[in-house]
Amino acid sequence: MTDASLPPVQNADVPPARALSRRILPYAMLSPAVIVTLAIVFFPMVQTAWMSLHDYVLFRPNDFEWVGLGNFKAALQDEVFWISLRHTIIWMTTTIPAQLLLGLVTALLLNQPFPWRPVARALIIIPWALPSVVIALMWVWIYDSNYGIANEFLLRLGLIQRAIPWLADPDTALAAIILTLTWQGFPFFAVMILAGLQSIPRSYYEAASIDGASTWNQFRYITLPGISGVMMTAVLLRMIWVANSFDVIFVMTGGGPGYATYTLPLYAFVKARTNLDFGYGSAIAVLFTLLLMVVVVFYLKRTGKAVS
Amino acid sequence: MALHKPSLGKRLLTVDLPMLAILTFTLGPYLWMFLTSISRESTLFTEGPSIWNATIENYTRLFNTVGFGDNLLDSLIVASGTVLVGLSLSVTAAYAFSRFNFPGKRLLMLQFLLINMFPLVLLILPLFVLMRVLGLLDTHLALIIANSTIAIPFSIWMMVSYMNGIPRSLDEAAMTDGCTRMQALVRVVLPLCLPGIIATGIYIFITSWNEYLYALTLGGRNVRTITVAVQTLIGEYEVQWGLLTAGGIVGAMPATVLFLLVQKRLISGLTQGAVKG
Repeated sequence: MTDASLPPVQNADVPPARALSRRILPYAMLSPAVIVTLAIVFFPMVQTAWMSLHDYVLFRPNDFEWVGLGNFKAALQDEVFWISLRHTIIWMTTTIPAQLLLGLVTALLLNQPFPWRPVARALIIIPWALPSVVIALMWVWIYDSNYGIANEFLLRLGLIQRAIPWLADPDTALAAIILTLTWQGFPFFAVMILAGLQSIPRSYYEAASIDGASTWNQFRYITLPGISGVMMTAVLLRMIWVANSFDVIFVMTGGGPGYATYTLPLYAFVKARTNLDFGYGSAIAVLFTLLLMVVVVFYLKRTGKAVS
Repeated sequence: MALHKPSLGKRLLTVDLPMLAILTFTLGPYLWMFLTSISRESTLFTEGPSIWNATIENYTRLFNTVGFGDNLLDSLIVASGTVLVGLSLSVTAAYAFSRFNFPGKRLLMLQFLLINMFPLVLLILPLFVLMRVLGLLDTHLALIIANSTIAIPFSIWMMVSYMNGIPRSLDEAAMTDGCTRMQALVRVVLPLCLPGIIATGIYIFITSWNEYLYALTLGGRNVRTITVAVQTLIGEYEVQWGLLTAGGIVGAMPATVLFLLVQKRLISGLTQGAVKG
C-alpha cells in the first residue's frame, strides 16, 4: 500500500470548528465498519476465550461452571488432541509445499508465450472458485472404492492390483485428502507467483543472456530472487487459509475412519457440534489459534512494513 | 522468460504439453463430475459415465423431487445480503484509510487484516451461541452476519487498494469547486472505482455462496443454502452419483461463471499488495 494521505494542512485561517471536524471525519467514516466488526468478530472471540474457561455443554444450558484452565489441561492429556495436532502438522507441511511447487511450475509455464495462454490462465483458477462441498463431493466420487475413476485408472495402468478404498482405509485417507487439498489450492500459488514473475523487468534477462548466463542460472539468480517475496507472502497466507479450511475434510470423511483424518480445527468443531461440548471445543479452538498466531505474526511483520 | 524464440517443436514439448497435463489435472475432476451428471442413473454403474447417452433427467429430478430451487434462492438471498452489508460498510472506511492520515491508522488497518487471520472455528461456536440468544438461528440474517465477518475486512482491503489508484488531486479539485468530502467521495471517487467495487462485490458473493460451515451451523430447516443441500444429498442419496454430481454442478455453477467473468480484475487486485510487499 502506498502512503496516500493528504499533506497536513496547517492553515491558521481555518476556523477551529472545521479543523476539529477534519480531525474527527476519518474516525466517523470508519466507525460503522469498526463497530460492526467489534460486535461480530471481537466480541465473539472474547466469548470463545471465556467459554474455554468454563464447563459448558449446550444441553445443560444452566451449567456454566468456572473450571479455569481445566479444559486446557484435559486437552493436553487427551490422546485425540495429540493425534489431531500430528495430523495438522503433517497436513500443513505436505499440502503447502506441494501446492507451492505445482503452483511455481504452472506459473513458469504460464509466463511463456504460447497461443492459448489466456485460456489456460483463466481455466487454471477454476478449482479455487468451487465450493468446498462440491470439491469434496467430486473427490469422494473419484476415490469411490467400487466405481471411482482413481481405482479404474490405476488398475488399467497396472500400478495397483486391486481396488483400494482410498477414503475408508486409515493408511490412505489422509494422503487422499492431501491430494484433494493440493488440487484445490495450487492455482492460488500459480496466480500469485505469475504476478511476481511479471513484475521482474525483462531487461534483467536481456543483460544476463548477453553475458552468456544459462537458463538455469537466469532462473537461479534472477527469477527466484525476484519472486521470493511473493512466494513467502503466498505461503504464509495459504498456511492460514489451509489451517482454516477443514470443511473439505469434514464433508469427505468427517474425520474418519477412526481418527485418521482428524485435524485440530475439525476436532474443535466436531466436539462442539456432535457432543455439544462448547467449553472443551472452545479450548481446542483457542489452542489452535495460539499455534497459528506464530504464522500470523510472521505475516503481519511482512505486511506491516507495507502498510505504513 | 526466454528471449530467443524457441522452435515450435521445442515449445510444444516444454510448454504446451506440460501445460496441457496440468490443465487436465485441474479440470479433469470437474469434467468427470459433469460427465457423470449427464449419464443415466440406471446405466451408470454398468456402462460407466458416457457422453453418448446424455440426459438431463438428473437435473430435472434435482429440481422437481429434491427441491433444489428453494436452496438456490436461500443462497442467493444470503450471498446478496452479504455483498450489500460488506460493501456499504466498507466504502467510507476504505476512503478514510486511503485519503487521511490520522493517529491510530496503522493499528486500525492491521486490525482489519488480523480478522481474516483468525481461524473460523474460533468464531463459529460463539456466533452459534449468540444467534441462539438473539433467536436468529435458521434465518437469512444470521448467515449474512456470519459471512460479513469475512466480507467486511476483505472488501476494506480491496477497496483501499483500488482507491489508492485514483489520484487525490481529483478529490481536491472537486472540493475546490465547492464539494464537501462526502460529495467528493460519492461523485468523484466512487464512480471511478466502480469496476473495483463490482469485482469486490462479486468476490464476496462467491465466497458467501460457497460458504459451508456457517450455513451448516447457523442454518436449519427453513434456511438451507445450496452447499448444505449438496452435503445433505450425499447423506440421503448415497450411491446415486448421477443425482449427486448434478447437485454439485448446479451448486458450483453461479460462482464459477462469475469468477471467470471477473477473474482478471480480481486477481490484479488480490496480487497487487503481495507483489509490492
